[in-house]
Amino acid sequence: MTSERSVTSAASAAPRQAPARGEAFTVGLVVNPVAGVGGPAGLKGSDGAEIQRRALARGASLRAGERAAQAVRALLARRPGARILTVPGPMGEDSARAAGAVPELLRIVPGAPSSGKDTTAAVEAMRDAVDLLLFAGGDGTARDVLDGAPSCPVLGVPAGVKVYSGCFAVSPATAGAVAAEFARDAPAPGGTDGSGTYGGTVEAEVVDLDEEAYRRGAVSPRLYGTLRVPAVRARLSGRKVGSSSGAPGSAEGVAAEVVARMRPGVRYVLGPGATTMAVGRLLGLATTLLGVDVVQDGELVAADVAERELLDLVDGRETHAVVSVIGGQGFVLGRGNQQISPAVLKKIMASGGLVVLATQQKLAGLNGRPLLADTGDPEADALVEGYVPVITGHRESALYRIRSAIEEFPS
Amino acid sequence: MSGHAGDSFAELPVAPKPPLRRFHQARWDEPIIFEQSRPGRRGVAVPAAGVPAVELPASVRRAEPPKLPEMSQLHVLRHYVRLSQENLGVDQAIAVGQGTCTMKYSPKVNDRFVTDPRIAELHPLQPEDSVQGVLEIYWRLERMLAEISGMHRVSLQPASGSAAIYANVAMIRAYHASRGDGERRDQIITTMFSHPSNAACAKVAGYEVITLMPDENGYPDIEALRAAAGPRTAALMITNPEDTGIFNPRIEEFVGIVHEAGGLACYDQANANGLLGITRAADAGFDLCHFNLHKTFSTPHACGGPAAGASCVSEALEPFLPGPTVEFDGERYRLDADRPRSVGKMRPFLGVTPNVVRAYAWIMALGAEGLREVAETAVLNNNYLMHKILQIPGASAHWDRGRLEQVRYSWQGLFEETGVHSEEIGVRAADFGVHYWTSHHPFLVPEPFTLEPTESYSKEDLDEYAAILAHVADEARRDPELVRGAPYNQTIHKIDPTSLDDPKQWSPTWRAYTRKHLA
Repeated sequence: MTSERSVTSAASAAPRQAPARGEAFTVGLVVNPVAGVGGPAGLKGSDGAEIQRRALARGASLRAGERAAQAVRALLARRPGARILTVPGPMGEDSARAAGAVPELLRIVPGAPSSGKDTTAAVEAMRDAVDLLLFAGGDGTARDVLDGAPSCPVLGVPAGVKVYSGCFAVSPATAGAVAAEFARDAPAPGGTDGSGTYGGTVEAEVVDLDEEAYRRGAVSPRLYGTLRVPAVRARLSGRKVGSSSGAPGSAEGVAAEVVARMRPGVRYVLGPGATTMAVGRLLGLATTLLGVDVVQDGELVAADVAERELLDLVDGRETHAVVSVIGGQGFVLGRGNQQISPAVLKKIMASGGLVVLATQQKLAGLNGRPLLADTGDPEADALVEGYVPVITGHRESALYRIRSAIEEFPS
Repeated sequence: MSGHAGDSFAELPVAPKPPLRRFHQARWDEPIIFEQSRPGRRGVAVPAAGVPAVELPASVRRAEPPKLPEMSQLHVLRHYVRLSQENLGVDQAIAVGQGTCTMKYSPKVNDRFVTDPRIAELHPLQPEDSVQGVLEIYWRLERMLAEISGMHRVSLQPASGSAAIYANVAMIRAYHASRGDGERRDQIITTMFSHPSNAACAKVAGYEVITLMPDENGYPDIEALRAAAGPRTAALMITNPEDTGIFNPRIEEFVGIVHEAGGLACYDQANANGLLGITRAADAGFDLCHFNLHKTFSTPHACGGPAAGASCVSEALEPFLPGPTVEFDGERYRLDADRPRSVGKMRPFLGVTPNVVRAYAWIMALGAEGLREVAETAVLNNNYLMHKILQIPGASAHWDRGRLEQVRYSWQGLFEETGVHSEEIGVRAADFGVHYWTSHHPFLVPEPFTLEPTESYSKEDLDEYAAILAHVADEARRDPELVRGAPYNQTIHKIDPTSLDDPKQWSPTWRAYTRKHLA
């Protein structure tokens, strides 16, 4: 085949030489099967066998494997000749097969259940054998990948509770699409032109939170290192902006406006985050930093609820969801607040609505990209699409576009 | 000089000048003037007046004498000459690096007009008959600004651009109140890249502010405006071109959407350098606009004031203008203070008369064609400079759009390559004798720098400025520590900026400094 294909970001027009389709292009696939398991159960992460056991006991299901399969499907749809090299069993093989691929398997035997060490070992075993490494998981998984010192560019399929690192695509399908368009031998990052796009690969930060501290309510992302990722910036998650880098005091201003807009008899579901926490503080309530809380008439109805509880609490009364923008990616649903599940969201949108909290700085950081809903259910996402009020400070707001992540980045 | 003498000079062993200026700023380690005070030292020995002392009422009498520095004339003069040498500004530097602030040349002849005793010694309480000349200047400047903007009337009372914006908000509020619609219309819509004074003034006036964010192309999101405009909309307050230098070509549509919702449209034309004689606020349907005389009409910035702003309104808003207004019946100028619907005074008396005189003189010197040439030259200069800047590896302009009079650039590429921040580039650029500025709110463009050449600077100036930035960017690649360690040729080395953000430390006066740091 001699046809040329462009490997550029959405904004760039500069063509770049991509490998011809006939050439072997091998993608490594590593799945952390328990990634994200603690999210819907309100456990703020999935690190550690005990947490994973508790999550499954709370009715959580394993979804990282399915998200990895979505990525592989999108990859093969664009690049049918791509080879998949992966780990036997749930750490990759199952997802590849579910996507209709016939993977080549590494000769390693992961533990049962698997652990971060298995991820690191898989990355080490793939060294020099793959052109691009796709991994499915969260920040913890990204750290394990980093420990394996991959020799090739890496791209994360978002499947964890904490997805703060910049190495993740914005959705599984996008990860597949970016992987399909990636050319290993594309030019290294060159000068920046007027459109602000880059060639080849860029460095992405791997950050993680200490989950134990995170459960106690302390958000302190730590930088663990960097991974090289394909330079398709428009489709990669920007590194999340920690709340400490915003203008000081602004969370209090936002909270004051939220409280001023609260009406009697109406129930408010407060998502996780420092800004929603400030709302609780202003009301004098013991709401949680990382959990989902429910307030009404200045009282705390329930704190740190799981999805099942929430479904009952929002039933049959006017309820509004108050959520914050998760860092620089623009996600307001489906990242860190999986308790507000499609079923919960449908009930909320039927009776009340969605209010987003963000500083102007955070909105500005989206560079015109829409806010994103990724509940996993396109129907639920569609309910919030359009222009959503975003409270940016005391007596300050914006109207901002919100789209389903699936709509924004169709596979 | 004869040819013979020139030849002999050419043979002298003088090294040629290097491509970049070997600038070195004066460094005097000059103490604050209060620290130089010595008890009993005097600049002028004032003779005894010879009139009998009169007991002042206790209410106006000082308990103790003012703590003025006690110095001789020479030491006062030397102090201020030294400070002036430790400065960078339009008069000795290429001041294109202060985008959005617009540092253009203020013609020196205009300063002579304002120091003329007929202006300098005017008293604000003189009878109207004795100040017909200055009232005529006010009247004629008002008519000129009305023509430049297409508006009906203009108030020259505001003492700054933001005061003019506030006057406009006050008039918007009074207009809706006069129609019984004031309570309901409690929202003002602005855009992220409109000058932040618009949102600030609206908030001070009690409005809720809705901000339109830029879309992917850098234009304010018009669909968000459609979603925001409604019965609660008092006005749209918008800058165009925005602080990015991008002109919104759909501005008439924006105005139309707001009018349809019953709101007013207010144009921040503080900086009209790209527009003079080309477009007019009224022609796009705006109800109000304002100019900063110091950004567009060459008057000095005056270090935070007093500057001068002009609030311009359509006929429907005339009754609400700040007062008194200057009126002319064809023969005589008078002040009209009998304006029952006026929003009141924006500052005492008429306004900042010296700046009104300077702006009047500037416009009179240029004429209509000259004003248009100012705009064309400012846009040409900016696009020439943009072309040069974008050739520097690592520099970019955020949106791939044409620009009018200024550009907010980004060093993101250079930063990613070298780890050197925009601020550090700017500090190093000061070693070559030029000023440089990053950005004010919103900090959307990464590693920003904002350049605005105006019409004042020559092609050689712009070449020199671009060459300095290219050199510093190159240094950042070759020796980032050199850039980070700058400045080397400046009055002072690095300053710790934390005191600027800490009320316990900041000291805008000697009294505050004494209390906070010397106690």
